[in-house]
Amino acid sequence: MMRKSQALEANALDPMTTHPVMIRKIIWENDDTFTLTLDMSGFAGGFRFLPGQFNMVYVYGVGEAAVSISSDPARPGTLDHTIHRVGLVTTSLAQKKRGDMIGIRGPFGSSWSIDVARGKDICIASGGIGLAPLRPVIYSLLKKREDFGRIIVLYGGRSPLDLLYRVELEKWASDANVEVLVTVDRGDSSWKGHIGVVTSLFQYIKLDARETVAYVCGPEIMMKYTIDELDRRGVPQSQTYLSMERNMKCAVGFCGHCQFGPTFICKEGPVYPLPRVRHLLDRKEL
Amino acid sequence: MFIVELNDLQGLLTALQAGGFTVIGPTVKDGAITFDTLSSIEELPRGWSDVQEAGSYGIRHSEDDTLFSYNVGPHSWKKFLFPARLRLFSARKAGKAFEVDPVSPSAPPKYAFLGVRSCELAAIAIQDKIFMSGPYADKHYTALRKSACIIAVNCVHVGGTCFCASMGTGPRAKDGYDLVLTEIRTDDRHYFVAQMGSPLGKGLLQQVTHREADQKEREQVEKALKAAHDRMGRSLDTHNLPRLLEDNFESPRWEDVAKRCLSCANCTMVCPTCFCSTVEDVTDLSGEHAERWRRWDSCFTTDFTKVAGGNIRMSTRTRYRQWLTHKLCNWVEQFGTYGCVGCGRCITWCPVGIDITAEAAAIRETSMTTTNG
Ligand SMILES: Cc1cc2nc3c(=O)[nH]c(=O)nc-3n(C[C@H](O)[C@H](O)[C@H](O)COP(=O)(O)OP(=O)(O)OC[C@H]3O[C@@H](n4cnc5c(N)ncnc54)[C@H](O)[C@@H]3O)c2cc1C
Ligand code: SF4
Ligand code: SF4
Ligand code: FES
Repeated sequence: MMRKSQALEANALDPMTTHPVMIRKIIWENDDTFTLTLDMSGFAGGFRFLPGQFNMVYVYGVGEAAVSISSDPARPGTLDHTIHRVGLVTTSLAQKKRGDMIGIRGPFGSSWSIDVARGKDICIASGGIGLAPLRPVIYSLLKKREDFGRIIVLYGGRSPLDLLYRVELEKWASDANVEVLVTVDRGDSSWKGHIGVVTSLFQYIKLDARETVAYVCGPEIMMKYTIDELDRRGVPQSQTYLSMERNMKCAVGFCGHCQFGPTFICKEGPVYPLPRVRHLLDRKEL
Repeated sequence: MFIVELNDLQGLLTALQAGGFTVIGPTVKDGAITFDTLSSIEELPRGWSDVQEAGSYGIRHSEDDTLFSYNVGPHSWKKFLFPARLRLFSARKAGKAFEVDPVSPSAPPKYAFLGVRSCELAAIAIQDKIFMSGPYADKHYTALRKSACIIAVNCVHVGGTCFCASMGTGPRAKDGYDLVLTEIRTDDRHYFVAQMGSPLGKGLLQQVTHREADQKEREQVEKALKAAHDRMGRSLDTHNLPRLLEDNFESPRWEDVAKRCLSCANCTMVCPTCFCSTVEDVTDLSGEHAERWRRWDSCFTTDFTKVAGGNIRMSTRTRYRQWLTHKLCNWVEQFGTYGCVGCGRCITWCPVGIDITAEAAAIRETSMTTTNG
């Protein structure tokens, strides 16, 4: 909580008022997902955030959506948001052009705890758009590559064309000593890689379980299977982290929408150590 | 304790008005006792009382000419501190860009709330925790709250749906007021016993004709409050309550109540602690001007938990469960207090008379039967 308020103060943002920023670049990752690069030069010292945090992204007159930050925390002059087009706000965002303005407020929420991973192996398991909030953590780990043991990235998408950050995935694997394993639910004629759900990738890696820290983000069902698999392999629950998602209207603990039993995901999450939410994940319609 | 005679009570209103306060208090309107701006003591519901039961509310002339012989009505003070609709910002198109004007809470109305009951003091304290003591503070709430003056009134009559004694929130006002009054009506006398809760309250009392209460008058207050405590309309057994609800997440009782519940959200609208809200973004026809509004929302609404894959809570069963377990279980972990102050509004204003105390009791009962084998 302290860190969050400090980050906010540093950016001097009123948490309830949106701040116009300009779109510098738009990259279409696949048919319905795109990455917006925002110009943050208007913020003194850039826009500081921690990996795993999110912003509320506003389209003038239309509305807001919670979107994770997917760029490198060490480069605060620009900010990336990778967005899946699903409804009103995200579709309006998809129609924006370079040079257009959108609003942001943030950064909000907890972050992936990197300090706990020092000297350990790291297993990053993600599905679909879930790789977006993990990309900042990958950038941060690579900046201090020698401080960590193995870095394993497991990633699953619906089809080869749905995969995010394909060029970067290959670059991490070849240049940075990262073990990248990708799988898709459905292959196509050109796909030579794995086919199946993310958890099926665990058969190809051998984990030094006690010495592994795991970061998990993806659809809830994928996260459930993944943490079961990690558990089976003996990764301590206290070393497993996951990022939760719920409807959000305020992002500051006022509107009640993001409640997940005893916790507000915008305040205490979205990133949780597994023991905090393990028992809640099994409660249907909590 | 100090005595203010009935005829001197107007002096308190005058002092508040002189202090720049907009005085809000109970008054009869549309067949109910509601909160509105008061300019004189005459506007209080003198000689009125209310009759409250599950799913029913009515007012009637009481036997005497007291000013405060009724309990809480459909309004609560959150209506003023946490308005049902509030503009958060407005924005203007400026070429390709847009500019944002935050709505600053400069010069908010200075409210004096007259007739705040003990359960309502507790409810205000709960909303203070939500809006002012987390990592972020709601600047609108904070501005209104910090300048508000609270004149409480002890409940010497209790209503049919009240259970503040169970929740430890009444009927005696413990703290959180500037001044608290207890109305005493005997055959030949009608006066108020005043206690100060803050320097502001002290200053106000100094502007009103008063004198020190004697031993007999003090005892009268104790007697009246004890009697109210013992006549409480309802009760709720809070023993191990959060744990009980944790353990009964899949209780069949949720299905039972869902058959009766209309998912109308009345309970959350009248509840003085419920704080949920949503936002609406609008533009004018030209698109030159946009606004963002916040308005009350309820966990009973269909899209409350909407995410890309659909709604998380899909049925009335799970929505009612969210409501009750938030109030009586999760709130405790979130804010260190129950989210229910026992005011009874949700019971009274439920169109089908669903009673939170009865639902909690039913869960306790079925839970025990299961445990007993
Ligand atoms: C912490 C957090 C981080 C997120 N990060 C990303 C990200 O990096 N990229 C990305 O594409 N999406 C992300 N999402 C999901 C994104 O917020 C929703 O897809 C988006 O709100 C949908 O809005 P819409 O208006 O386009 O959809 P609509 O379906 O038109 O929205 C209608 C309502 O549902 C709500 N809603 C719908 N889907 C979701 C959802 N999945 N989560 C929360 N509320 C929802 C909206 O807030 C709105 O109230 C994140 C969500 C959270 C909570
Ligand atoms: S009971 Fe429902 S409406 Fe009331 S505060 Fe809780 S979630 Fe919000
Ligand atoms: S839950 Fe019902 S009784 Fe409790 S504070 Fe809210 S309205 Fe009053
Ligand atoms: S998003 Fe409003 S309370 Fe979490």
